[in-house]
Amino acid sequence: MKKKKAYDYAKFGYIFSIPFVIAWLIFQLYPILYTFLVGFTDLKGAGVTDFNILWSTPFKNFADVLGNKTFRTSFTNTLIIWGCNFVPQILLALLITAWFTDRRSTIKGQGLYKILFYLPNIITQATIAMLFAQLFMYPKGVINDLLIQLGIFKDGPVEMLRNKTIARSVIIFIQTWMWYGYTSIVLISGVLGISPELFEAAEVDGANQVQTFFKVTIPSIKTVLLFTLVTSLIGGLNMFDIPKLFLDGGPDGSTMTTSLYIYNNACQGTYQYAKASAASMIMFVVITALSALMFYMLRDKDEVALRKLIREQEREYRRKQKMLNSK
Amino acid sequence: MSNNSNLQLTVDGKEKSGGNIVLKIVIYVLCTFLAILSILPFWLMFVNATRSTVEIQKTAISFLPSVNLFKNIAILQDKNMFKPWLGFLNSFVIASGATVLAVYFSSLTAYAQVVYEWKLKNAFFSFIVAVMTLPAQVTMVGFLQMCYKFRLTNNFLMLILPSIAAPSMVFFMRQYLQPALPIEIVHSARIDGAREFYIFNRIVLPIMKPAIATQAIFSFVGSWNNLFTPMVLISDTKKYTMPMMVSLLRADIYKTEFGSIYAGLTLTILPLIIVYIVLSKYIVAGVALGSVKG
Repeated sequence: MKKKKAYDYAKFGYIFSIPFVIAWLIFQLYPILYTFLVGFTDLKGAGVTDFNILWSTPFKNFADVLGNKTFRTSFTNTLIIWGCNFVPQILLALLITAWFTDRRSTIKGQGLYKILFYLPNIITQATIAMLFAQLFMYPKGVINDLLIQLGIFKDGPVEMLRNKTIARSVIIFIQTWMWYGYTSIVLISGVLGISPELFEAAEVDGANQVQTFFKVTIPSIKTVLLFTLVTSLIGGLNMFDIPKLFLDGGPDGSTMTTSLYIYNNACQGTYQYAKASAASMIMFVVITALSALMFYMLRDKDEVALRKLIREQEREYRRKQKMLNSK
Repeated sequence: MSNNSNLQLTVDGKEKSGGNIVLKIVIYVLCTFLAILSILPFWLMFVNATRSTVEIQKTAISFLPSVNLFKNIAILQDKNMFKPWLGFLNSFVIASGATVLAVYFSSLTAYAQVVYEWKLKNAFFSFIVAVMTLPAQVTMVGFLQMCYKFRLTNNFLMLILPSIAAPSMVFFMRQYLQPALPIEIVHSARIDGAREFYIFNRIVLPIMKPAIATQAIFSFVGSWNNLFTPMVLISDTKKYTMPMMVSLLRADIYKTEFGSIYAGLTLTILPLIIVYIVLSKYIVAGVALGSVKG
């Protein structure tokens, strides 16, 4: 009787998961498979849905995209923009974490600081991109005026965003500015999760603040750091809003990212769906590989070791049982 | 005992380091600088939104507001292209719909994970974790083609319905529900004759309120700020969302209306600023729980 009841309830596990599964199949799996398929076709033209599969040269689109100069630049740009924003972002976040979690000197007003540091993250990226484009306006923009008043620009206003390095640096600055607050909050909450006994032990052993931070805090939040690294990288590989609305990839493709490349191919000009699909799939492979790497690195080593130990002990136990039985 | 020794150490620590005060000043100065840096661009935006184009052309940088905010907004309305109210309404409909669906169905899926024992349970959970980081960019062409085929471009449903399957939210809800739900409650409800679906709606959902609130905020803000999917799907300017409206300020007709551009930008983020002022405490706490996608 009891067994039958348990069996009855199990079916609700399936029933309650059905909406998720159906929505996922329609809105995620089908589009992915279809994108993958389109990568091997000649599909192009606004709103067109008919296509031929390129039987004789199936990998043509992939080869074209990989050999395309714009795609290559956009891929390097994406990595440069992500890397140059991540390093200062994580360093600043670590510094803030060290200051805010120091047990020997408390910083007042942490709550307010956190709220203000996080503020840019919640504001629409599209608006932020447009706002910075306005602030850097030529000839009458806020930054130009400021630099003239400070005496840095002596010969009048400069069209700064024409310069590739400056344009890219502004995007890097925006990314750092938007994300260091988020990263700080995540790291601080990671540190607050460390057992206080660990810090007490370090204090008893006479470690100073710097030693404690590098020898106790950082090793303890290794998982959180890794998590931050990989989610940031995946997010960085999908950067779209800011490069799109800041300078639309310009000047001269210096702020073009892979997402922007995919969008421009699929939704503009000659509507090259097939090329965009191939580029999407290349990014899909890159992102999947990185996610797999994350899960490999984040797997709980202690748990793996524990399971192994349990298995060994069971084997040992069974062996002993056998020996007893044979006696 | 251990408390005592702790106290001793703190006192010792303070006495030892005379450089502590200098360090503290440095920390406060830097943190205050960063805090100002967070607000400054938005303050400059707001100030210029209140200044006329003539004033801005004289000096673009000013920290004190002027009196032309409503004039600037009137210019925006006259040009009849950038329509913040329409963008607000469209974004609100999409973000609310998506949030309600995401929160409800993620809770339901998480409930199925926590309460029932079924064969594929663990496999299903591993699957959810595996697809958590899948970005919209890689599915875009297929999604767009599907919408073309079924004539669903420019349809808000295509921006709302996908949120029924929100893997990272299911993950979060499961983490929350596992320790928070006493299984005895479910058992006793069953003895009272309640059906499973009723138990979830009437007993479990109220227990999940704190998690639902946090996730609802992030889901709403995420959907509100989303530019990529709406931009791919929607071409009808009557259906533009708020972030898409922003891109209209790029248009040539606004080129010389500096004050109005700033006013337009201010209008697009005003709702978010208000939400943030009211809910910032919960939002920061939510981030600390690691509930936001990177």
